[in-house]
Amino acid sequence: MSWQDTLIQVLIILGASLALLVALLIFIAFILLADRKIWAAVQMRRGPNVVGPFGLLQSFADLLKFVLKEPIIPAGANKGIFILAPLVSCVLALSAWAAIPLASGWVIADLNIGILYIFAISSLGVYGIIMAGWASNSKYPFLAALRSAAQMVSYEVSIGFVIITVLMCAGSQNLSAIVEAQNGRLGLLNWYFLPLLPMFVIFLVSALAETNRPPFDLVEAESELVAGFMVEYSSTPYLLFMLGEYVAIMTMCALGTILFLGGWLSPLPFAPFTWVPGIVWFVLKLCFMFFLFAMAKAMVPRYRYDQLMRLGWKIFLPISLVAVVVVASVLHFTGTAPQ
Amino acid sequence: MRPKVRIMNLLLQDYLPVVIFIGVSVVIGLALLISPFIVAYSSPDPEKLSAYECGFNAFDDARMTFDVRFYLVSILFIIFDLEVAFLFPWAISFGGLGDLGFWSMMLFLGVLTVGFIYEWRKGALEWD
Repeated sequence: MSWQDTLIQVLIILGASLALLVALLIFIAFILLADRKIWAAVQMRRGPNVVGPFGLLQSFADLLKFVLKEPIIPAGANKGIFILAPLVSCVLALSAWAAIPLASGWVIADLNIGILYIFAISSLGVYGIIMAGWASNSKYPFLAALRSAAQMVSYEVSIGFVIITVLMCAGSQNLSAIVEAQNGRLGLLNWYFLPLLPMFVIFLVSALAETNRPPFDLVEAESELVAGFMVEYSSTPYLLFMLGEYVAIMTMCALGTILFLGGWLSPLPFAPFTWVPGIVWFVLKLCFMFFLFAMAKAMVPRYRYDQLMRLGWKIFLPISLVAVVVVASVLHFTGTAPQ
Repeated sequence: MRPKVRIMNLLLQDYLPVVIFIGVSVVIGLALLISPFIVAYSSPDPEKLSAYECGFNAFDDARMTFDVRFYLVSILFIIFDLEVAFLFPWAISFGGLGDLGFWSMMLFLGVLTVGFIYEWRKGALEWD
């Protein structure tokens, strides 16, 4: 391969990456608004409705305001790490999207171990929080960072076991192959959410805990730790944390869509529905997953910390461990395991 | 080019898009991070720059000792996450491994469960 070919290839990847990131960030701007609107609607409020029609431009106004706010670096903080922490947490959250297929073949890097890559990257997310909590040199961020780290790693384990059960059924670690393994004549009845329903529920709840979403938002439980590890942050460093959090939520939604809801596949496998491009189904399923997240935030009261740890270690971990054995046994003894 | 080098290159080529993608996201993140330092107005004063506290000055360093259970949780996490990492390659290939592959992993999970029961009985999972 000559160097011109390589250059063209690199430019294509660069363009695709930029397009995906910009599309993702704009999508998240509206997801953020949807989050606030759904929350408001459950509480019989209107939510943001001033900037643009139905408040549609609210997130962009917020962005502008964040950029124009005064950035504060506390005198006692470790300046380098303090500034680096939001960047780390945002970039790590974004980089998981390199391996997520949006439609058949629409993926930046079609890794043969895509699921392992995403699992590894989302484990690293804890570093941004630990760095922020430690570098702030303030009590609230420090305590919140410890809590958050313990919470994230606890639920990481059960997510891992849940992913294993899906991998056993699909027989591949490539995300596109996992989606294709759910393709069949029965449409949405072929997707893994049906045979692995308990795993899907555990995945959803663990994803809430993993991304520090309510009802597991103990990190920033407003009445105790103010704003958690972000207390000392202002302006766009704070924005980057927010962004990282929402990108991580979208990653979890995308992972749930791919593992359990058939990714870009049409729910009804006959004519008018199969004409719809895969990306549309993918985005619709993404929105559905996020709607579940938003409703959980609006309706469920917050957990206590010991309850949270109990749920993670004493309920989800044993259940998912047993589920791995059960799924493996069923596949092995019925001879249906993919070769 | 020697065959070994070529295989390595092919392997790395899969990851080139990942590196570029991370590079682009670093650029976007940095642009957002730096912009308020350039455009926003700034007037620092000692009160504004002090650590957040409830109505009094922070009286000692915030990096105090913390509960050992956080440490315990991270140790447990390392053990279990490692098990999960072992399970990943097995999970996608156990259809072709036959009885031996199936039963050896069941034995491994059994050992893991014994360890789990031990730490449960020891009270390592209690938070009160």
